[in-house]
Amino acid sequence: MSTHDHSSSCCGGGSCDSAAEPNKSSQGCCQNTPAEGECCGGGSRRDFLFMTAGAMAAVGVGSVAWPLVDQMNPAADTLAMSTTEVDLSQLQVGQSMTVMWRGKPVFIRRRTAEEIKEAQDIDVQTLRDKQSDSDRVKKPEWLIVIGVCTHLGCVPLGQKTGDTRGEYDGWFCPCHGSVYDTSGRIRKGPAPKNLEVPQYTFLSDTLVRIG
Amino acid sequence: MSAGPRTPFENKFIEWFDQRLPIFTMMNKEYGVFPTPKNFNYFWNFGAIAMFMLVTMIVSGITLAMHYAANTGLAFDSVERIMRDVNYGWLIRYIHMNGASFFFIAVYIHIFRGLYYGSYKQPRELLWIFGVVIFLLMMATAFMGYVLPWGQMSYWGATVITNFFTAFPWVGEPIQTLLIGGFSVDNPTLNRFFALHYLLPFVIVGVVFLHVWALHRTGSNNPTGIEPKDERDTLPFHPYYTMKDSFGLLIFAIVYCIFVFFMPNELGHPDNYTPANPMVTPAHIVPEWYFLPFYAILRAVTIDIGIPFTDITIISAKLGGVLLMFGSIAILLVLPWLDSHPVRSARYRPKFRLFLLLFVVTVLVLGKVGGMPADVPLFHITKDFVFTTTHVAQIATVYYFAFFIVILPVLSRIEVVKPMPASIHEAVLKCQSSCGGNA
Ligand code: HEM
Ligand code: FES
Repeated sequence: MSTHDHSSSCCGGGSCDSAAEPNKSSQGCCQNTPAEGECCGGGSRRDFLFMTAGAMAAVGVGSVAWPLVDQMNPAADTLAMSTTEVDLSQLQVGQSMTVMWRGKPVFIRRRTAEEIKEAQDIDVQTLRDKQSDSDRVKKPEWLIVIGVCTHLGCVPLGQKTGDTRGEYDGWFCPCHGSVYDTSGRIRKGPAPKNLEVPQYTFLSDTLVRIG
Repeated sequence: MSAGPRTPFENKFIEWFDQRLPIFTMMNKEYGVFPTPKNFNYFWNFGAIAMFMLVTMIVSGITLAMHYAANTGLAFDSVERIMRDVNYGWLIRYIHMNGASFFFIAVYIHIFRGLYYGSYKQPRELLWIFGVVIFLLMMATAFMGYVLPWGQMSYWGATVITNFFTAFPWVGEPIQTLLIGGFSVDNPTLNRFFALHYLLPFVIVGVVFLHVWALHRTGSNNPTGIEPKDERDTLPFHPYYTMKDSFGLLIFAIVYCIFVFFMPNELGHPDNYTPANPMVTPAHIVPEWYFLPFYAILRAVTIDIGIPFTDITIISAKLGGVLLMFGSIAILLVLPWLDSHPVRSARYRPKFRLFLLLFVVTVLVLGKVGGMPADVPLFHITKDFVFTTTHVAQIATVYYFAFFIVILPVLSRIEVVKPMPASIHEAVLKCQSSCGGNA
């Protein structure tokens, strides 16, 4: 080791010994002499061991770190997202109901003819999140959206009779004042997006499966 | 951290111990004879008070944890059981609940002291930065603690705050899912928040240690902002400041006790005594009072920033609000470089003093509107233009940032200072004959 001591401190190995560079200090050795390329860039056996050991260590650390991070992601039981079947037969025109799906409220609204017209008549180009009403419903009478404000996640008001529903007759989020229309589209306030439409299928005229 | 050369102790046991591990020598050097400027006013008490509060929080927290159950089905009831059935449970919980508020009161005054007397300036930049890190850790700890009782405010606070992350394009949603461990705030969230709420205070202890270590490298600042020059400028820490700190601490503790015993829920929100309900957001959700100024900044951004005359949004209002809110704290980290005026203390900088006091008022105003519902109409400017709380928040937010980004750099260049004493000693002597107080 003693003959290699000063060279190994500068490039982690190699054969740059003091005889080849008698007047270089240990820091100056190799790095600023391109002619010494074969000493550092060239890859001696020591470099090889050094780098493979380093690479293995990195893989090792990574393979321990990832499980420690990933354990925070949704677990299998959380991911086994349930589907919810909802019976719509009790709902009259103009009424809404809220059901729970994946821990979140889902708004189901049986819209009046007026509300449908209001939702369809608006010029899509003037909207913040441009979506026509027909892209958001399977049957115009039934609007099904996730009842979570796209701003910071509050549940907007407007499901119960007597709730403030905002200037656009849809929903009003009390947290920071976002206003949604009769299609659940964002019309005013800080929320960037329309209320999300979940996956759903009509199993019959009065039975819908969400998820 | 060597304690330097030792002088032997009289007590045989202490001497035996100290020879092997010089803790007593170190304590004597750092807290006994430590030379401390002799002109401290009561603003200098709040570091010690904050330290006391940290210990109080850890002791009351660990005892609460012995009875608390971190499970959505049990949490709320376990806290109610602490309140009703556990011996002195009510006391421990009220100490912890109000302790968080009083910890923030102490730290806010402590930060104000640093601003007013220029304690963040060279050579104390790192000391200041550690302080800001402690502040951030405290906010994280308090936020997660507030989730634990699993009331309505707990649940909706957690929902709103973790939703901040969804503001960031692409990476935002995966990050949020990772943080809460599901598609909505739920049992996994509560569980991990408890684990972290237990951990972070001890991380704070670690950073406090670095903070105090850095302090003892540079020594304390003082109300004149002039560095001590000789021994006429300083006093040994003990007994002078151990006494002054104890006195201030007692007064502070009395006020704290008045809250704990006579108005324990005054600073909290009644909605948090309703169990969490994911289907109903309370009509008016607000964070705890110590977050309100930052909450107001978050809500102040109501417009998207985009390329003019196109539909392209670069920064949505939501992202803008989140960035400004984080920025309002992050900017403190670079404060030592924004204010490069050579004179520290506001005593000799009348303009700085004026703008700083205005800044304090601004923060209070932000706190006030942050606690109100969004968009409360205040008065009409013209027939159709109504001035609302949102406008107030916007004006205050502009001043908040202008203070750091515009006013301080400009003042650094142009402000002419008042005549200054040559030393702390001279300032104190002059003060005794003419100025009457020491503010
Ligand atoms: C930096 C120090 C700390 C701060 C700022 C802090 C803050 C808080 C806050 C604001 C609450 C909610 C109180 C309420 O509304 O009920 C809370 C609850 C709680 N904290 Fe801490 N805490 C700290 C340290 C600790 C420590 C070290 C523990 C030890 C495990 C702990 C354990 C608990 C428990 C079990 C609860 C739930 C019981 C309850 O809500 O009263 N805390 N904390
Ligand atoms: S969460 Fe609905 S407006 Fe902010």
